[in-house]
Amino acid sequence: MDRVPILKIGDVLLVSIQVDLQDQSVLALQEDLAERITTTGVHGVVIDISGVEIVDSFIGRMFATIASMSRLFDADTVVVGMRPAVAITLVELGLTLGRVRTALDLEKGLAILRRSAAERLVSDGLDESGELDEAVRTDL
Amino acid sequence: MNTSTTDRDELPIAGDDDVVRVRQLVRTFAVKAKLSLVDQTKLVTAASELARNTLNYGGGGTASVELVSNGKRPGIRAVFTDEGPGIPNIDLALTDGWTSGTGLGLGMSGARRLVDEFEVETAVGRGTTVSIVKWAR
Repeated sequence: MDRVPILKIGDVLLVSIQVDLQDQSVLALQEDLAERITTTGVHGVVIDISGVEIVDSFIGRMFATIASMSRLFDADTVVVGMRPAVAITLVELGLTLGRVRTALDLEKGLAILRRSAAERLVSDGLDESGELDEAVRTDL
Repeated sequence: MNTSTTDRDELPIAGDDDVVRVRQLVRTFAVKAKLSLVDQTKLVTAASELARNTLNYGGGGTASVELVSNGKRPGIRAVFTDEGPGIPNIDLALTDGWTSGTGLGLGMSGARRLVDEFEVETAVGRGTTVSIVKWAR
C-alpha cells in the first residue's frame, strides 16, 4: 500500500497526491493527517491534486472528511490543482464537495490560508471594545 | 488461437489494489478508442465506482474491458460481474443518495450519468452484472 507523504512547511501541512490511490491509502492518509495536525499544531492543510487523474466518490468524500476533521483541530483545508476533466466529472457524478475550500493552484491555496491566519490573529487580538491589540497590529 | 488479443482484457477484483488496476486498464482502453480526455476521465471514474461495488457489495468478481464499435464510432465496454448477494431493489440502488452500506449512495447512480449505456442484471442470491459503454465522439 502506498502512503502519501505529508510535508510541513512553516505553519502549513502540504499533501501532494502523486499516485493512483487505493482506498486503504485514502483511509491511512486521513489518520496520518489527523495525527500530524495535532502533533504540529498547524492551522492550515493544503491538498495538491494536480497529479490526480480521477476523483471518484470515495476520494471525494476523503476531502470533505479531512476538511471537517481539521476544522475540529482549528485548521483550515484547501484542495488545490484540480484538473478540468476531474471537475467536470465530479459535478456530473453528483459530488459537490460541499464545504471544501478549493483554489486553482498551490500559490492561491497558500494565499487563502495566509488570509485565514491573519483573520484568526485579528479575532484573537480583539479586546472587549473591538479594538485591535497593539501587539497584533504590529504583527499584521 | 491466441486469446491474448489486445481488444479485450479481464482482471479479477479481489482487493483494493485491483480497483486501481481496473482504473488503469480502462484508461489504457479509453486512450486506444481515442476518447477525449473528459470522456476518458468520466469512464474511468464510473469504472472505479463499479469496481468498488463489485468488491465491497458483491464480495469480489471480475472486470472485463473491450474495444467495441457501432459501425461509426469506436467505444469501450466494461463489464463488472460478481456472484454476490444480488440487488433486491434495483430502482432503489439507482437512486441518488440511497446506500445499502456506508457510502454516499452515488456509486451506481453517478456511474450511470457518466456513461452512454448502462445495464444491470441482478438476481438475489446469484449475483450482479453491470455493463457500461462509452462511445468516442
